[in-house]
Amino acid sequence: MKIKNSIALSENGFLFNTETGESFTLNQTGLSLLHYLREGETEKELLQHLLSEYEVQTEVAERDLHDFLETLRRYKLLMP
Amino acid sequence: MTRPRYTIAVTGLNVVDSPGPGIAVIRGLRESTRFDVRIIGLAYENMEPGIYMRDMVDKTYIIPYPSAGHQVLLERLQYIHHQEKLDIIIPNFDAELIGFIRLQPVLQKMGIRSLLPGMDQFEERLKDRLPEYGKRYDVLVPTSEPVTTISGLHEALKKFELPVMVKGKFYEAYRAYSEEQAVAYFHKLSAKWGTPVILQQYIAGQEYNVTALGDGKGGLIGAVPMRKTFITESGKGWAGITIADQGLLDMARHIVTQTHWAGGMELELMKEEKTGKVYLLEINPRFPAWVYLATGAGQNHPEALVRLVMGDDPEPMTQYKTGTMFIRYAYDMICNLEDYASISTTGEL
Repeated sequence: MKIKNSIALSENGFLFNTETGESFTLNQTGLSLLHYLREGETEKELLQHLLSEYEVQTEVAERDLHDFLETLRRYKLLMP
Repeated sequence: MTRPRYTIAVTGLNVVDSPGPGIAVIRGLRESTRFDVRIIGLAYENMEPGIYMRDMVDKTYIIPYPSAGHQVLLERLQYIHHQEKLDIIIPNFDAELIGFIRLQPVLQKMGIRSLLPGMDQFEERLKDRLPEYGKRYDVLVPTSEPVTTISGLHEALKKFELPVMVKGKFYEAYRAYSEEQAVAYFHKLSAKWGTPVILQQYIAGQEYNVTALGDGKGGLIGAVPMRKTFITESGKGWAGITIADQGLLDMARHIVTQTHWAGGMELELMKEEKTGKVYLLEINPRFPAWVYLATGAGQNHPEALVRLVMGDDPEPMTQYKTGTMFIRYAYDMICNLEDYASISTTGEL
């Protein structure tokens, strides 16, 4: 799982899809997840990051991560 | 080495809610690193803001409306040429282009150069001929049908699913969700632009625009695609951003190569949400009002047009900066009464 190469990501969480012209704003958590995705990390590894960086129950982190990845898929930001 | 200085006449100085491309073209010309310019504005009305933008336009002349016929236009251009010794003319309105295309050989003899599509090229891309165009050049186009009467409209509507696009002959388009709405838009558009009014299949997806320049020999000299990021109530893009979509650039190259398009053009394209297919909605036969975005992104199309016209053989431009954005704004200029009086009484400023 990797984000598309056409995604430009700024340090303040502004995401611009250079292919479509769409733009999105990410919070700090979303921004760090995208950085990890860019490095090619797996869903399991992303979950480990969330659990180590935030005080959150595993089920909640899993659900939120799942929702986040679904949102990325819906907006066609992940590589097919 | 001294740079050449060209005297260039430009139309489309109406920087109003649906702006003409004139000022955007002039900005590109003034930013040229290869030549200097004296800009002669050609305006239809004394309230076109570009007339009063003295840092953009050196001198303006009122010219007759296209409805007056091209002979009247020629006489006016002869007078202007006598005063200014024009090198180049860049018309920027769809409706005036026919006149300038007809006059092109005469103007050429007078020493005024231009880069314009031929009459065939101009006419084959008219909205009511889009289906034929799609077939001839193997381009995906939405189903469309020209209608000239209300009874014809009702008949044609049976062939379309709602919503349907209702488009004016030259400008304006509306999405109609019912037969009643379609009738109302038909009346509105036929009263303003005449007939035919065009019914067009609605494609659900994202609209994109490409500004492009063809050399008239099948070469694509430049192309920059853009997505509108703010659209006014009247449907005009008031902000936009350059994007990198090879499919859109391929479409521009295909059209320019196939048709040997000469001059500036704007492609209006729709990328279908479901399939990702790119449909050609319209070809505007001149630079769009947002052409300065291309200059800002690294492709100065008006400058390249002048180089083509002057036989300078510019290299095709393939690079531009994606994510370059424009936002338009309105700005109140304080103008001299003397200027207003001059353009109103003498037709010159």
